Amino acid sequence: MSTAPEQPQTVTASASPEGLWTIAWRQLRRNRLAMICLTILCVYTATWVYAEGVYWSAKIRGAVPDYKISHYENRNQPPSLPHPLGTNFAGRDNLKQLIQGTRIAFELGLLTSLIVIPLGFALGALAGYFGGKLDSVIVYLYSVVASVPDILLIMSITYVTRAAVERSAAMQSVTRYIDAGLLSICVGMGFTGWVGLCRIIRGEYFKHRERQYVLAARALGASNASIIFRHIMPNVSHLVIINFSLRFPGLILTEVVLSYLGIGIAAEPSWGTIINDAKQRLWLGNWWELAGATIAMFFLVLALNLFGDALRDALDPKLRIAEGKTA
Amino acid sequence: MSAYVIRRLLSVVPITIGVMLITFFVFRVVGGNPAYRIAGKNATPARIAQISHERGYDKPLFLNFRQFPTQLLDAQFPQLCSNLLRLDFGRSFVTKQRVSTMLREGVGPSLCVTTPLFFIELFLGVGLALLAAYYRNTWIDRSLVLLSVMGMSISSLVYIMLAQYWLASVWRLFPVWGFESPRYLILPVLVGVIAGVGGELRFYRTVMLDEMYQDYVRTARAKGVSSRGILFHHVLRNALIPILTNVIIAIPFLYTGALLLENFFGIPGLGRLTVMALFNFDDDVVFATTFIGSIMFVLFNALTDIAYTWADPRIRLK
Repeated sequence: MSTAPEQPQTVTASASPEGLWTIAWRQLRRNRLAMICLTILCVYTATWVYAEGVYWSAKIRGAVPDYKISHYENRNQPPSLPHPLGTNFAGRDNLKQLIQGTRIAFELGLLTSLIVIPLGFALGALAGYFGGKLDSVIVYLYSVVASVPDILLIMSITYVTRAAVERSAAMQSVTRYIDAGLLSICVGMGFTGWVGLCRIIRGEYFKHRERQYVLAARALGASNASIIFRHIMPNVSHLVIINFSLRFPGLILTEVVLSYLGIGIAAEPSWGTIINDAKQRLWLGNWWELAGATIAMFFLVLALNLFGDALRDALDPKLRIAEGKTA
Repeated sequence: MSAYVIRRLLSVVPITIGVMLITFFVFRVVGGNPAYRIAGKNATPARIAQISHERGYDKPLFLNFRQFPTQLLDAQFPQLCSNLLRLDFGRSFVTKQRVSTMLREGVGPSLCVTTPLFFIELFLGVGLALLAAYYRNTWIDRSLVLLSVMGMSISSLVYIMLAQYWLASVWRLFPVWGFESPRYLILPVLVGVIAGVGGELRFYRTVMLDEMYQDYVRTARAKGVSSRGILFHHVLRNALIPILTNVIIAIPFLYTGALLLENFFGIPGLGRLTVMALFNFDDDVVFATTFIGSIMFVLFNALTDIAYTWADPRIRLK
C-alpha cells in the first residue's frame, strides 16, 4: 500500500461488491497451469456426459450397449484405425471401454460425495457451532474412524456392503440402475472419507460462531438453525468444493486398488477393472490396455490435483494441505 | 505435563473400544453369522448350529438379557473384548493356527519391507524438499513439484506391474516374486519409494516454504546469514515439528505392512495376512490386526503431541 498521501483515493462503490467467487475466478484466470487443467477437466466432463448418453440410451432400449458386445474374431488387436487403442480379450474396443471408465470415475466421485458432504458437513457444523458435549461425541466418533487403517476400513465396509446388497431383494431395484460394486465402493469410501471434511468444517464453525456478524444475527433473534445454514454456511461452503476437488483423485486411485483386491466394480468397465484385466495380458506383450487406462487416469488425476491446489490458493490462501496420503 | 500424558494414554481405551465396535458391527452384525461362511455352501443346518455353538456365534450380540443379572456379559462383544484384553486372539478357522502365531510370523517380513521403505522415503522426501525450498520459484523447484504431482497421478498398481514386467521379467534384474533373500526386497522397496516419494516431497516442501516466509528468516537474512545457513540451521529446525508428526504417525503403518506390495511380490507379511483374512471373512484375524493397529495408532498419536514439547519448548500441553 503505497498510495501518495496528497492524492485523494477515489472509491467507486458498485451496486454489489465483488464476491469471493469473482475474485477467485480472476486469480484463477491469470494462472496458466490452472486454466490448462480446467480445459482438461472440461474435456473429461464432456466425455462423461457422452458416456452417460451411451449407457442410458442402451438401458432404455433394453439393448446390450455397444461397448459390451464381444467380437471374438478380433480380440487382442493392437491399435489400428478402426480401434485407435486396440481391443481387449473379448474383442471389445478399448477406447469405448475407457470412455465408460470416465463415466464410472465421475459417478464414483459424485455418489461418494453424496455421503461425504452431508455427513461431514452436518457433523462438523454441529460440533463446531454447539461445542460442549456434542462436540466431544463427534470428535470421539471421527477419532475412532481415523484410528482404523483407512484401506482396511474401506475394504471391510465395501466387502460387507457388497454381500448385503447382493443378498437383499429390496436392493435389486437399485442395482438395476447402479452397479452393485460401484454402490458398495461408494458406501465404503463415503463412510471413511467424511473425517477430513468434518475436521475442517468443525474448525471453521468454531471460528465463525464468535464473529461479529453471527453475534449480530443472534442479537436480532436468529435461530441456531438459521445461523448455521443462512449465515455461516455461505462463508464456509467454498471449503466443501476445495475438499471435493482434492478428494476426487484419491477416490479414483483407491478404486484401482479395490478392483485389484477383487471388490471393485462388478459388471461395468472401470479404469480399475481395465488395469487389472490388463495385468495378465501385459505378459503377452499387450501393452495398449494398460497404457490406455493409465493415461486416461493420469490426466484426470493430474488435472484435478493441480486445479484443486490452484482453487485452494485462490479461494483460501490460509488453508494448507490438511489431507492425508491416499492409497 | 504428566497429567496430560496420563490422560492421553488413557484415551486409548475409549478409542479402541470404538474401533472394535465398528469392526464388530461390520463383521458380525452387517455381515451376518460367520458360521455360514465357515461351513461353506452346502452345509446342513445342524453343522451350522454346531459351528455357531463352538465359536459362540449363537450368543446375543452385545448384552445377554436372557440370563439377566448373572451372565449379562455372556455375549459376543463383551467376550471379544475380554479375549483381546487378555491378548487371546483365538484361532483362525482357515489355517487352524493360533492368530498370535500368525501375527508373530508376519511381523518380520512386513518390517523387512516397510522399514527400509520408510527411511529411504523420509530422507529422499526431506532432501528433495530442501532442494526445492532452496531453489524456490526457479525451474528446479517447479519441475520437482510437477514431477511429484505427476508421479502421484499414476496408480501404484501400474508402478508395480511395470516394475515386475520390465525390471524383473524382461531385464531379469531382480526376482519377480517371493521372500527368500534380501535381493527379493529390492524391487518392492524401489517401487514403494517411487510411488510414495512424490507425496512426501510435496508435503515437506509446503512445510519448509511456510517457514521460509516467517519473520525470523528475514531477521537472519538481515544479519547476514547465508542462504544455506538459513535453510539448515533455521528453517529445517523449525520444520522439524510437522516432519516429526508425519514420521511418528507413520510408525504404526510399518507394523500393518504394505498391503499392495506384499500381495504383489509374495511377501508373507501382515498386509497379506490381513487381505487374506478379509477375503475369507476370517474375523478373528481381522479383529486382532485392527485391535493392535488402532492401539498403536492412538499411542503414537499421543506420542507425537508429547514430542512437540521436546521439539518446541514454547508448546505447553495442558
